[in-house]
Amino acid sequence: MTLTPSTIAAVPLTARPLRCRNCGADHAAAPVAVCEQCLGPLDPVYEPDRALPDRTTIARRAPSLWRYREWLPFDGDPVWSRDTGFTPLVEAPALARRLGVARAWVKNDTVCHPSLSFKDRVVAAGINAAAALGLDTIGCASTGNLANAVAAHAARAGLKAWIFIPEELEAGKVIGTSIYGPRLVRVRGTYDDVNRLCAQVADRFGWGMVNVNLRGYYGEGSKTVAYEIAEQLGWRVPTAVVAPMAGGSLLSKLRKGFGEFLEARLVDGRPPRLYGAQASGCAPIVRLVERGGDAIEPEVPRTICRSLAIGNPADGVYAARAMRETGGWAAAVSDAELVAGIRLLAEEVGVFAETAGGVTAAAALALARSGRLGPDDEVVLCITGHGLKTLEAVQGAVAEAPVVAPRLREVAALVEQ
Amino acid sequence: MPVTLNLPSVLAAHAGGARTIQATGRTLGEAVADVAARYPALAPRLRDKDGKPYPFVNFYLNDEDVRFRGGFAAPVEDGDEVTVIPAIAGG
Repeated sequence: MTLTPSTIAAVPLTARPLRCRNCGADHAAAPVAVCEQCLGPLDPVYEPDRALPDRTTIARRAPSLWRYREWLPFDGDPVWSRDTGFTPLVEAPALARRLGVARAWVKNDTVCHPSLSFKDRVVAAGINAAAALGLDTIGCASTGNLANAVAAHAARAGLKAWIFIPEELEAGKVIGTSIYGPRLVRVRGTYDDVNRLCAQVADRFGWGMVNVNLRGYYGEGSKTVAYEIAEQLGWRVPTAVVAPMAGGSLLSKLRKGFGEFLEARLVDGRPPRLYGAQASGCAPIVRLVERGGDAIEPEVPRTICRSLAIGNPADGVYAARAMRETGGWAAAVSDAELVAGIRLLAEEVGVFAETAGGVTAAAALALARSGRLGPDDEVVLCITGHGLKTLEAVQGAVAEAPVVAPRLREVAALVEQ
Repeated sequence: MPVTLNLPSVLAAHAGGARTIQATGRTLGEAVADVAARYPALAPRLRDKDGKPYPFVNFYLNDEDVRFRGGFAAPVEDGDEVTVIPAIAGG
């Protein structure tokens, strides 16, 4: 089966209608993310009686996230980004020993195609929503990875892109976006300022801002992490999943994804306990889990983990609920711990993760130390972005390589040291 | 000069299409109450039945999230701009 992207859809693509998560009001498919009745979030509605594939049918399909297309918010064939997803699930015995658990894996979205982060999944969904709704310009508010992804997917599709990021981001995130030729705008302020601005931009200009007015469709792409984990484990679920939290959407979508596969009887057992990780310099969701209650207290981010630096996470309440209701918990780690986490993943798993991956690994260690992960656990860590994007974080933490003349005796001297 | 309240389209639809509304009050809560009294269809979408803000509707006072300024208790002055934005996730 070919993986070459095609622009010729066999069955025309349409987007599913939407329904308000708060009040249940129905909305036609549209680039709108909030309910006009109560301002609650809109989710796509699936046909409950639709035909669902079995394991064999799914396994025969091309290795991309579209192999689960019955659970993605479209009818017809995807137009763009048909080759995103199905990243490796890497078993990590050394990590399992460090965590004191039975087995551990890394869901390695550092090699997600084309822009090396899990945001390729959500943009694959978002850009097809733009296609289905007839939009020729997409965009986003981003802490970096989403900027990379929107720029790359838009470039390949030939769509215009307007991308908004905080002024202070890592070079890899900025250059890794600019290279694709979008309209990239750096905003003086935090991500939360950028997000607010983009809500106004989407309202004013009508572009398909993937994580603003296309958010209902875009977010569904995150569920494919759960589907892939289940299939790659041999059609079963782990006992625990640890994932990073920025806006908090991934946690609630992991829960939804595992739940849908359990409901479809593609897997058996209990849903995994979900654990969320944040940097302690920006941990409003962790603090909500620890404090209890149902309202986020926004924070001003102070961490080197810019990809998770969202002080006012709109999905935070839903993420906290997903953790509590599955029996999971949350952990925040310092910047020093997250750098150690990046090194741990590199040295013991062979995966070079960006700062959010370091947060996830360090949080898993903290959860294990506090007894939240145990010897019978089978744990998956969601590692969501490549380390080459945030070299600044580890620049001072790695050993400097010796420089030698091209002479064997100089190498011999090093070997004898 | 009163306070200016900027509305997104989703809320303007409940205010006869007005995207900006002038309001008076010493605090944000009073300014919102003033608008709520004059636009009954908007009232339940700006605040709950106890007059408190919803967690998923954000208010910005001159571009700053009012939760850093005391929420509805934040004092407002003539000429201030208040922007209402439904919470939208990102990252």
